[in-house]
Amino acid sequence: MSRSIRTRWAVPAVVGALALAGCAGAGSTSGGTASPSGGSAAPGGTVVLVTHDSFALPDALISQFESDTGLTLDVRAQGDAGAMVNQLVLTKDAPIGDAVFGIDNTFASRAVDAGVLAPYQATLPDSAKQYTVGDSGELTPIDVGDVCVNADLEWFSKHDLAVPSTLEDLTKPEYKGLLAVENPATSSPGLAFLLATVGAFGADGWQGYWQELVANDVQVASSWSDAYYVDFSGPSSDGDKPLVVSYASSPPDEVPDGATSAPTTALLNTCFRQVEYAGVLAGAANPDGAKKVVDWLLSPAVQAAIPESMYMYPVDSSVALPTSWTKYAPLATKPFSVSPAEITAHRDDWIQAWTSLVVG
Amino acid sequence: MVLWALAAGLPLAFLGLFFVLPVVGLVGRGFVTDGSLDLSGFAEVMSRPRTWRILELTVGQATVGTAIAVLLGIPGAHLLYRTRFRGQALLRALVAVPFVLPTIVVGVAFRSVLSGHGPLAFLGWDGTFAGVVAALVFFNYTVVVRTVGAFWTGLDPRGEQAARALGASPARAFWSVTLPALVPAIASAASIVFLFCATAFGVVLVLGGVGYGTVETEIWVQTTQFLDLRAASVLSVVQLVVVTASLWVAGRARRRREQALSRVPESRPVLALRGPDARGGDRLAVAVTAAVVVLLLGLPMVTLLLRSLRTRDGWGLGNYRALGVRGFGLGASGWEAAATSLRVAVDATLIAVVVAGLVALVASRRPRSRGLRRAVGTMDAVMMLPLGVSAVTVGFGILVTLNHPFGLAVDLRTSPMLLPIAQAVVAVPLVVRTVLPVLRAIDSRLHEAAAVLGASPARVLRHVDWPVAARSLGLAVGLAFAVSLGEFGATSFLVRPSAPTLPVLIYRLIGRPGADNLGTAMAASVLLAALTAVVMALAERLRGDTGGDV
Repeated sequence: MSRSIRTRWAVPAVVGALALAGCAGAGSTSGGTASPSGGSAAPGGTVVLVTHDSFALPDALISQFESDTGLTLDVRAQGDAGAMVNQLVLTKDAPIGDAVFGIDNTFASRAVDAGVLAPYQATLPDSAKQYTVGDSGELTPIDVGDVCVNADLEWFSKHDLAVPSTLEDLTKPEYKGLLAVENPATSSPGLAFLLATVGAFGADGWQGYWQELVANDVQVASSWSDAYYVDFSGPSSDGDKPLVVSYASSPPDEVPDGATSAPTTALLNTCFRQVEYAGVLAGAANPDGAKKVVDWLLSPAVQAAIPESMYMYPVDSSVALPTSWTKYAPLATKPFSVSPAEITAHRDDWIQAWTSLVVG
Repeated sequence: MVLWALAAGLPLAFLGLFFVLPVVGLVGRGFVTDGSLDLSGFAEVMSRPRTWRILELTVGQATVGTAIAVLLGIPGAHLLYRTRFRGQALLRALVAVPFVLPTIVVGVAFRSVLSGHGPLAFLGWDGTFAGVVAALVFFNYTVVVRTVGAFWTGLDPRGEQAARALGASPARAFWSVTLPALVPAIASAASIVFLFCATAFGVVLVLGGVGYGTVETEIWVQTTQFLDLRAASVLSVVQLVVVTASLWVAGRARRRREQALSRVPESRPVLALRGPDARGGDRLAVAVTAAVVVLLLGLPMVTLLLRSLRTRDGWGLGNYRALGVRGFGLGASGWEAAATSLRVAVDATLIAVVVAGLVALVASRRPRSRGLRRAVGTMDAVMMLPLGVSAVTVGFGILVTLNHPFGLAVDLRTSPMLLPIAQAVVAVPLVVRTVLPVLRAIDSRLHEAAAVLGASPARVLRHVDWPVAARSLGLAVGLAFAVSLGEFGATSFLVRPSAPTLPVLIYRLIGRPGADNLGTAMAASVLLAALTAVVMALAERLRGDTGGDV
């Protein structure tokens, strides 16, 4: 190995690489529309929000937050929810941000147990109190959503078949080969549906249920996009499966302009409730700013924007939903649930058991 | 001498800081339990039957994918770089398009063709090894065509002509004169394709079906979902071993054949399939390439194009109009994302070309001392590693190690410069592999003669190496640009939500329900494809202009 060269020239070369990188960095921001970078200080400083790649909120709300608080909000997406939590765990001694949004109930206990979060008791709306995790308010619930089996109603009426309603129905012979699900090892709705069956049939019973699903020719896709757009037979999809694991919030987007009924529906007896949390990162450089971010996420304006930006329901039930949602996307009244602590303790075992069961 | 050391040192430091350090840092964590070294993970992970199954699949899919890409790519390289016909420039640009398409979109397009009531459903390839291999060839075909084509254009045809004059059949002349001369370029292309295939992620997940796993997907699952760094580290080491072994094999094949070749100005005969000038080899090349372009490349791309034109109210351009709108909370419109992509790609290409140019220059020399020769060979191989290591390992590694590295007063983990740098790290090996075979084919006596005649080293570079290198530079710039435009793995960790690149925007759109979102995602993919085709075509022109120098 060219070690001698390397050590002799390492220092000037690193400097050179950095200089090179510096030019490049400057080039990439000089174009105009790039976001304000960490350095350009607003009077109150910068607060960094770490989140997952589905995070989205209207620009107007972000500007409003910045002008109200004097802070500059720097949003950084770090992959999907799982990747984000794991990155936070690995960097907890030198956190990459101040606040976090998007830790869901399947990863909540891992984050709390690892000591990623600092306690912060935000003022919660009544409807949010049932979802708290952590004894001292490490995680603040922001939004909820249901993962449910969706049905293509046109397909069922065309084939003159009753739309199934419960998890048990899905194992009946008349629904053989009609259901597409996602792999829980690679997809968050896939994991949520696995948890729905754990919630419904218990830690001992879910495997028996899945054996029946496999016998009934369940189709497994790697991701939501794959299952929904390739396997599902719904109006915007090309596939031949009239049943797919998706969200309670999916049907409104399938309603044609001017129509009075939805072509798809979520089966509300098959749902698992997902909850997304925000929190203040332990060791944050700007903990006060982080608290303001958490409060902001709970504010009525942000809560009202959540459905159309992120396809989730505001945790504050006093906030009005878009009309298409009240009409076509009701939440389940009795979703299945598994406690975050239990999920953290068993998720790896469950996924592995599921894999050997379904893959064989 | 000092200059050479600098030329070698800069790329090594670049790679050391932005690749080796993060990877070693993360893998190292997996082998440390409570502060002491713990290698028991090896025994545990390697005793799982699943580990061996995924290793077998990884090597299997990469070997088969590479072999098919090379077999199909050589006729393509001949047709697109050794002959002339109308529409050739367009075709060259088109075959490059798959290379940048986001895997999630290609996955959906491929499955639409292969599953349910798709046009090729009868093959039964959905969720099988064959489906994965087909997609791998789809992505990597252009790598073979370009790498071999760039080399082949400048190859002296007189050897083959002499063989023909001496009575060899065209097939025999190709087999015993041309093909051996092409081996360095083929080995170069094959090693790149092998690495891409071995570390393919998205297409394997989407097309392989449940239970199909490779070392790459397993590392991703263990790192991002289970946070089992012990298993992930063992698998990363396994991945490195596979990659190193394949580079060693390719390097041997290359070196055995590598020789100074007399290179000539391009002379590309007009393609003739009939009449007195018709050649049997051309007909075969046309037949193979037409089949590849229509069936393998065309079907998924046409599927994509058609879906981009399908809207809620029938056929139309609605999805393209939607590209101008900032979707609710998406951070940017399609056009803005395209602008971001281009801007980042310019930076990434600049970095990649400087770093890779230096590597190629150093690696093209054959120093007299054996130790130095070894060092140069090692450097060449080391620069390839980024293609063979998981983007997740690098991404997580950056977070773990680049907070004030070497005591520098910067937190590089979240710096905006990291995005073009990460893309450049992936592009460097491709640029090296395109430029290096060409540089190595320069007769070293030319350098010596120039030096004897009193030319300074800089002058030798300017008048001997540069004119030859410049020819392949256009291609290299095009490839680097394409890598940057299409990169998703590392980008998804580094990009800012307020300024997404086009692939990131597509990924977000396709994760949302409804015909509008899907249609806009498809239209954005077509935009990405068009952008790539234009950039590639421009890069080709760059090549044409400087080619006249020789």
